[in-house]
Amino acid sequence: MLRLERVNKYFFRNSLDERWTIRNLTLQVQEGDFVTVVGSNGAGKTTLLNLISGAYFPDEGRIVIDELDVTELPTHRRALYLGRVFQNTSQGTAPSLTIEENLAIAYLKGKPKGIRMALNERMRAIFRDKLAEIGLGLEKRLKDRVGLLSGGQRQALALLMATLAKPKILLLDEHTANLDPKTAEIIMELTARLVGENHLTTLMVTHNLQDALSFGNRTLMMDEGEVVLDVAGEERKKMTIQELLERFTLLRHKKFAEDRVLLSSS
Amino acid sequence: MGVFITFRCLNFPDLTVDGSYPLGAAVLALLMYRGYGALAGIVAACLAGALAGLFTGVLHTFSRIPALLSGILTMICLYSINLRVMGRPNISLSENLGHRTVFVLLRDAFPRVPEVYLRFIFLFLLVVLVKVMVDLFLQTEVGLSIRATGDNETLVATQGIDPNCMKLIGISLSNALVALAGAMFAQYQGFVDINMGIGMVISGLASVIVGEVLLRGRTIFMATLQVVLGSVVYRLATAIALNWGYNIGFKPYDLKLFTGLLVIVILSFPILKEKLGRVK
Ligand SMILES: Nc1ncnc2c1ncn2[C@@H]1O[C@H](COP(=O)(O)OP(=O)(O)OP(=O)(O)O)[C@@H](O)[C@H]1O
Ligand SMILES: [Mg+2]
Repeated sequence: MLRLERVNKYFFRNSLDERWTIRNLTLQVQEGDFVTVVGSNGAGKTTLLNLISGAYFPDEGRIVIDELDVTELPTHRRALYLGRVFQNTSQGTAPSLTIEENLAIAYLKGKPKGIRMALNERMRAIFRDKLAEIGLGLEKRLKDRVGLLSGGQRQALALLMATLAKPKILLLDEHTANLDPKTAEIIMELTARLVGENHLTTLMVTHNLQDALSFGNRTLMMDEGEVVLDVAGEERKKMTIQELLERFTLLRHKKFAEDRVLLSSS
Repeated sequence: MGVFITFRCLNFPDLTVDGSYPLGAAVLALLMYRGYGALAGIVAACLAGALAGLFTGVLHTFSRIPALLSGILTMICLYSINLRVMGRPNISLSENLGHRTVFVLLRDAFPRVPEVYLRFIFLFLLVVLVKVMVDLFLQTEVGLSIRATGDNETLVATQGIDPNCMKLIGISLSNALVALAGAMFAQYQGFVDINMGIGMVISGLASVIVGEVLLRGRTIFMATLQVVLGSVVYRLATAIALNWGYNIGFKPYDLKLFTGLLVIVILSFPILKEKLGRVK
């Protein structure tokens, strides 16, 4: 479904500040996989997702989605295959547009835009149903501007928007990191449900090691631009957070350094 | 209205306006001098305006020149182009020379209605028409995409819309409207002057924010109404300043200062209020 072949990404290449952010990374994700990605600060997790989504282009290597080489495609031309939710709760939605207008943008994804009215009653009915399923009461607020919503509500809407057009791959970048624990839990449940219902292949970056192990079927651990650990199946089912951290120390001869991890694994 | 689309919908500070306004007037004059009718002149003016906007848009999206600079560059280029189109710094569109402006056409069509009313009614209807068209357009798929681009470019791209394409459409459209305004004003006052565009951006912006101060409301209908009302009030205010300000020494050449100060005051107001509020 998704394949990265020996991808390299540098920032400030050939300068004193050169940073080799993604190092010879090869990765294969099967259709229907729900992969969780953890890693220390600056490991390159966000950069990895940016490469897949087309926000950055790799310096070397190939990115293939469903046998289609997308390495050179700009974001909007590969968007149909991808859905994405960001950590920053204001990034996944358009704040000065209304809820229904935001959903219309997502609904019309991949369709040529014309001089037709963007919204109609049939679409509104669909939106109301979808919003009602989330259970946050948003179905009654179609005409409210998204800027008025709470971070959790916005993130729920962003998830819905990312999955509305049934992409092949869903990219989640710490999309619950800026929420309080209770809301984060609700959003994670919603995530699992939407992924299940739409049979989405998913890549979820998280700093919550518990989530990383309890959601999905495969976990990657990244450090300094490389995937250092890749567990799935029985081995992963039995794994505890403690073991995960120990494996990391054993492999990299250092402690897993992520300021926020300690909080969330305690 | 044109200024509204770029500044408010696209979040793109477009200075092309100072050039596309006289461009509209100049193109209209050129066509009338060549013997075409007023309507053909107006259509051509809009097209020329759109082209100017497209040029700014390409500078910005393709050459990655910052928004402000792109607009200024086009504006400067247009100054020469306008002069070339006009052939001299100012020309008149007088009936004696056989130029039948829309106002002349109207007068002949309705000879029994006093000309002042006729002009007023016509301009009023034109404004309503433009407002309704813009309202409708902003709610179409393309219109919505343009507004979303101004709001969150990253999102728009991840939703499969090319943000650059939307910017080009938006900027072209806004400058077409500006050129239309220039063409209408030229016919209204009966002459075209190369300098008629100076300060148009700020006048337009002043209208937009005066409207926002006067009227609340976030819907598109309200937003464009704010623009229309703002323009009227702003024009009235300047007319009053010109007519009665004479007594306190207000001269026509102070107008730009007046407009500039007006915009500055309104823009600084929220911060001033906050600062003063804290002092109390
Ligand atoms: N746009 C950019 N310009 C320059 N350097 C960048 C850019 N984006 C990322 N980097 C660098 O790449 C490295 C990896 O960053 P990245 O954001 O991918 O890490 P991350 O794993 O997502 O970390 P975090 O857990 O903090 O989100 C960092 O050293 C960062 O400074
Ligand atoms: Mg990150």
